[in-house]
Amino acid sequence: MSDFNNSFWNIWVILLTLGGIAFCIIILWTQSRARSNSGQVTGHVWDENLEEYNNPMPNWWRWLFYGTIFFALVYLALYPGLGNFAGKHQWTSAGQYEKEKAAAEAQFKAAYGELLTQNVELVAADPKAREAGERLFLNYCAQCHGSDAKGSKGFPNLTDSDWLWGGEPAQIKETLLKGRMAVMPAFGHLGEEVIKDLATYVRSLSGAVTDKSIRAARGKEAFANNGCAACHGAEGKGTLGLAPNLTDKVWLYGGRDAVLIETIAKGRTNQMPAFGEFLGEDKVHLLTAYVYGLSQGNRTEAAKPEGK
Amino acid sequence: MQSQAAAYNYQVVRQFTVMTVVWGVVGMLVGVIIAAQLVWPQLNVVEWLSYGRLRPLHTNAVIFAFGGCSLFATSYYCVQRTCHTPLFSPALASFTFWGWQLVILLAAISLPLGFTSGKEYAELEWPIDILIAVVWVSYAVVFFGTMIKRKTPHIYVANWFFGAFILTVALLHIVNSAAMPVSLTKSYSAYAGVQDAMIQWWYGHNAVGFFLTAGFLGMMYYFVPKQANRPVYSYRLSVVHFWALIFTYMWAGPHHLHYTALPDWTQSVGMLFSLILLAPSWGGMINGIMTLSGAWHKLRDDPILKFMITSLSFYGMSTFEGPMMSIKTVNALSHYTDWTIGHVHSGALGWVAFIAIGCTYYLLPRMFGKTEMASKRLIELHFWIATLGIVLYIASLWIAGVMQGLMWGATNPDGTLTYSFVESVKASYRFWEIRLLGGTLFLAGMLLMVWNMMLTIRGGTAVNDAPVLAPSGTH
Repeated sequence: MSDFNNSFWNIWVILLTLGGIAFCIIILWTQSRARSNSGQVTGHVWDENLEEYNNPMPNWWRWLFYGTIFFALVYLALYPGLGNFAGKHQWTSAGQYEKEKAAAEAQFKAAYGELLTQNVELVAADPKAREAGERLFLNYCAQCHGSDAKGSKGFPNLTDSDWLWGGEPAQIKETLLKGRMAVMPAFGHLGEEVIKDLATYVRSLSGAVTDKSIRAARGKEAFANNGCAACHGAEGKGTLGLAPNLTDKVWLYGGRDAVLIETIAKGRTNQMPAFGEFLGEDKVHLLTAYVYGLSQGNRTEAAKPEGK
Repeated sequence: MQSQAAAYNYQVVRQFTVMTVVWGVVGMLVGVIIAAQLVWPQLNVVEWLSYGRLRPLHTNAVIFAFGGCSLFATSYYCVQRTCHTPLFSPALASFTFWGWQLVILLAAISLPLGFTSGKEYAELEWPIDILIAVVWVSYAVVFFGTMIKRKTPHIYVANWFFGAFILTVALLHIVNSAAMPVSLTKSYSAYAGVQDAMIQWWYGHNAVGFFLTAGFLGMMYYFVPKQANRPVYSYRLSVVHFWALIFTYMWAGPHHLHYTALPDWTQSVGMLFSLILLAPSWGGMINGIMTLSGAWHKLRDDPILKFMITSLSFYGMSTFEGPMMSIKTVNALSHYTDWTIGHVHSGALGWVAFIAIGCTYYLLPRMFGKTEMASKRLIELHFWIATLGIVLYIASLWIAGVMQGLMWGATNPDGTLTYSFVESVKASYRFWEIRLLGGTLFLAGMLLMVWNMMLTIRGGTAVNDAPVLAPSGTH
């Protein structure tokens, strides 16, 4: 695609560039031929004693100047610089990028090719794949999920066995490739009192509140009547890929009263970005195995006998 | 007879000379503070003294307050003495002094408060930009007015450079600052997207090329032959390098935008003219240093000449480094790293500050009725402390810059980055500490200068009756 909206500008740029270089040559050439007298002053005097010698320009300096001009002309013949003229090498910065990307992809295939056909469980057990997965994770995922993958407010912990969108290899892979978008609607219209009732009830589900107060009882009723159960289920145990389990003490935004009230009143919107187009299937395969391995490791940890 | 009785306008020269030293200390102190904030981030205490606000204050203070006052002082001194006539319009000259101080004051208030147009080295908001334009046009009237009423048929080479600097800075400032105001303190650039970036770096690189190079070469052409008491080495060389330098600098801006949305051909042209710029830049260095040829012994016991000749060496070094860094493949390594900061400071401290300091030491005694500064030993000490400071500063940032470039570019076979960004920050700390030490030494040298200046002023009397000399020699 041309950078000019009119062929006039193309010619204009070429003429200016070549004319500029020609200006340098002309001034250097004509002034080199002008007569000079080594060691003699020009005869002009300013401010008592300011004078100028009529020495010629140093030869090495003149040739340095000609040398840079020569380099510029050769470069303009080989590389883009004269308007739309692409240069002999047909080089473009976009082309260089594509080339470097293709080389990097070839290198990746050579190093990890055999892992790409294996299933995720097998890859997760491979030490070489785990190292690459960890590097990918630190480059692309750690910014949100943390370098220990334990997440933070709004960003889920990936090392436990609690999954919002499923922890099976195929589900993790889909999350990575296509991203996820989650919305908890705002229920501010229910009013302060009802929201407080709901928060108290929700906290009681995971045992955070043990009192069987009127508020919790009213909350239970509100939970059933206002559509909460439609997503979170009648028991509040959640629905995979739709709404989180409220009974397990795992909180994405926090389980304190004030936070829950905010969540219910204002709702929450959250997004896991899609990495399929950016990283490609192959790297996502290694990442899937790494993330899958994180939760597997945790499970083994949890299964260890108590009192170690 | 009448011209014999007239006196040069030393008042405005004296005012700008003293403020050069004052703003030098202020600007470099802010530099030391932000260098310390990089080493100890907890020093970012309140937002208006945080790194992001103080950094533009530092660059504006050293370039436009310290460098600017020095340029006003030396150009006003040089133009009237080499034209053998007092300054044109003393009232307008006085306005440029007070107007410029007001600009600096407004910058010192508005930048920490967070008012910025977001353009590097052109951060000041539109009302201040208008004031700058008015002061600058007045400066041009005073300077060229003086040149027009000169008593010599020929124009001395220093005035070519000062003249080119004044004209071009007016053009650069007015074009790049064009903006649409939305309130007294906020405006949006008149340009958008990559055009905006291109105009910004056309401005930015020529701020270096004309404000910090052509203007300071003007200083060099007057004060080096004066201090050395030797003729300029080659008139012919000054003609060629003058025209080639002012012409070629105009093209070099795109090297600040390598590997960006700027079209490839524009990047190439910027790189090639940056390379062509090497010889014209070195022309000034050769003419300055070779002026001393046959009188090298003067360097041994004249610390002012030491400042001047060392400044030319740093000028030669950074104008070699600049074209090399403009080559695309080198730039791919150096861009966005501390190498750039080191390069800028080898020019700013080594060339700009050193020549300005040398000229200020030349001017101060003459402005206060003395034959020389109160203490020559303090100048000598200033020279060595400052030189050591520069060497520590640029060497540490060279190493840090190359290290950062290599760390950021390192990749694993799986295509991931070998180092996270924060690892490169962690690895830079040692070098930032050395840089802070270098900057502190340079500031310490400036404090010696303040002391020496006060000793010189004390017991001196302001000179306002230096008689205008009649031109001599065969013209």
